[in-house]
Amino acid sequence: MNNLLDQIPMMPLAKWTNNAMDYITEHGQGFFDAIQENTESMMLAVTDFLLMVPAIVFILLVAVLAFFATKKKLGLTIFAVLGLLFIYNQGLWNDLMNTVTLVLFASLISIIIGIPVGICMSKSRVFESIMKPVLDFMQTMPGFVYLIPAVAFFGIGLVPGVFASIIFSIPPTIRFTNLGIQQVPKELIEASESFGSTGPQKLFNVELPLAKSTIMAGVNQTVMLSLSMVVIASMIGAEGLGQKVLTAVQRADVGPGFVAGLALVIFAILIDRLTQSFNTKKG
Amino acid sequence: MAKIRVENVSKIFGKKVTQAEELVKKGKSKSTILKETGATVGVYDASFEVEEGEIFVIMGLSGSGKSTLVRLLNRLIEPTTGQIYINDADVSKMNKTQLRQVRRNSINMVFQNFGLFPHQTILKNTEYGLKVRGVPKEERKIKAEKALENAGLIDFKDQYPKQLSGGMQQRVGLARALANDAEIVLMDEAFSALDPLIRKEMQDELLELQQNMKKTIIFITHDLNEALRIGDRIAIMKDGQIIQIGTGEEILTNPADEYVSSFIEDIDRSKVLTAENIMVKPVTINPAHDGPKMALKRMKDEQVSMVLAVTPPKQLVGYITADDALRCAKEGQTNLMNCVQQDILTVPHDLLLEEVLPIISDSKTPVAVMKNNQLVGVLIRGVVIEALAKETSAEVTAHE
Repeated sequence: MNNLLDQIPMMPLAKWTNNAMDYITEHGQGFFDAIQENTESMMLAVTDFLLMVPAIVFILLVAVLAFFATKKKLGLTIFAVLGLLFIYNQGLWNDLMNTVTLVLFASLISIIIGIPVGICMSKSRVFESIMKPVLDFMQTMPGFVYLIPAVAFFGIGLVPGVFASIIFSIPPTIRFTNLGIQQVPKELIEASESFGSTGPQKLFNVELPLAKSTIMAGVNQTVMLSLSMVVIASMIGAEGLGQKVLTAVQRADVGPGFVAGLALVIFAILIDRLTQSFNTKKG
Repeated sequence: MAKIRVENVSKIFGKKVTQAEELVKKGKSKSTILKETGATVGVYDASFEVEEGEIFVIMGLSGSGKSTLVRLLNRLIEPTTGQIYINDADVSKMNKTQLRQVRRNSINMVFQNFGLFPHQTILKNTEYGLKVRGVPKEERKIKAEKALENAGLIDFKDQYPKQLSGGMQQRVGLARALANDAEIVLMDEAFSALDPLIRKEMQDELLELQQNMKKTIIFITHDLNEALRIGDRIAIMKDGQIIQIGTGEEILTNPADEYVSSFIEDIDRSKVLTAENIMVKPVTINPAHDGPKMALKRMKDEQVSMVLAVTPPKQLVGYITADDALRCAKEGQTNLMNCVQQDILTVPHDLLLEEVLPIISDSKTPVAVMKNNQLVGVLIRGVVIEALAKETSAEVTAHE
């Protein structure tokens, strides 16, 4: 039986993929270059701006934000101050700001693309059934794989890092937006329709406000996932905390690796708690 | 002109629609059709008209298709076949824009679980229909506040739905529909989620409102008592079909089939039937030209012990018992007027049975039923008890 199966020639899927990649890279070069240059200069500007703010002011601002976001509880505020001071103390401030920029761009672009796509999924059953396997694919394909086309399109640096992060982290926003809208009680949809709402009126007055907390849970996941891509993205030259971790790994140097890793964890917890508290506050 | 006219409207959910329709025509039940075709019959061949200013109740148990039927009226659910006319415009053929106009201007809805938006204040909720319609901010605020004022809820306008009790939330739901000034209000089990006392209160309020506003109301309920209380006319549904349409009295006194009969079995008749429903045709005599012997003869012919003295046109004078008539005859009286006892009790024809009962039980004499100061019937104790005990038989009601 095995012989029989062996007689089927191997399908050259890898080769096809390469051909497709070559085609896209070749014909879209101008397009990708334009994106690459513009995004890179924007990201550098943001990082420069963040670095212009004195660290002490930045820490205070985050502390105030944490204080009010958690309804004037002290826990997160103290954590924010101590954590950021630790990162500064370890000489990782510049790397942190690079990482902030990377996460910021990846998350914002994911939200800007993800929410409308999620809305479309909730409105069209056909689109939903097409998107579901695509999302599964995006989420389960190892993040490293995205680095290859990212480099092919955008070279090395920050932009391919953002690109790979977006692909890896956008699915939760899309899924949760779709879910949130579909979970709006039927009676409220009917109420909205029975008063003669147009589609957009229904969407903005009823569906999105009611789905908000679910969408925010998705956004939170997206931010966390994009953060988890930071280390991987550093393999293609995205600067930041991830690069420090990567260097330590390459040199088998446990100490700096642990410190940079801890800084990432602190940053991750801070972002997670902050985005969550925005959610509970309004939702 | 009927405000709403529904003609042969059907809604079949699922794929094998035509096949399911065939089976319905053959009189197959809903479950058989579901088994054979996988299609669910929501509503089948419903036709009715609703007049302006009428409260039309659609009543049925859960799964009878009543909620589907009401949603067909504003096309929250698309009808499979049939026509729906609102103000003589065929809603079932309208495009989206026209339909939206109808929903915005002519027909609003109140929901079982209130359908209030939890993220908006009471005022914003009430404004919703106006907002969707594009009414300017100031104007819609004034209108919404007025509607809340009428509902006695103006103090709560800045609160959120969750902060209000169920009854209050439904008042908001109603205020929201009324703020929009639509002529037709669809109420889908509007009071079913409320506890019994509040429900009764809301029914009273609705009836009171209706006196001033004269809306056309389609009211869905599974509660026959509620239907009888507020409905001008009632349609009873079973398995997606309307099996009887009529006033509460018509349905109670003349149920279309066994299903309706079993439905009305448990009804407290005393709260629905009126004196008119249970009165019998009086045996009368005209005392102006009949004498005592004539009276005795009538009593013997009709096998009763008493006749009512009535002069044309149906003016009640009093009553004459057999004893009275005998005595007069012995005394040689020829003018019956002198024998008539005038202490007879009367009740208006539309008095509810529950109020008639104490009057009858206290009275030793028959009770006359009057309409526009004319005698229309008489209440006899035995007949009243019979009417309460079981179905009012045609025998009793046929008399006028």
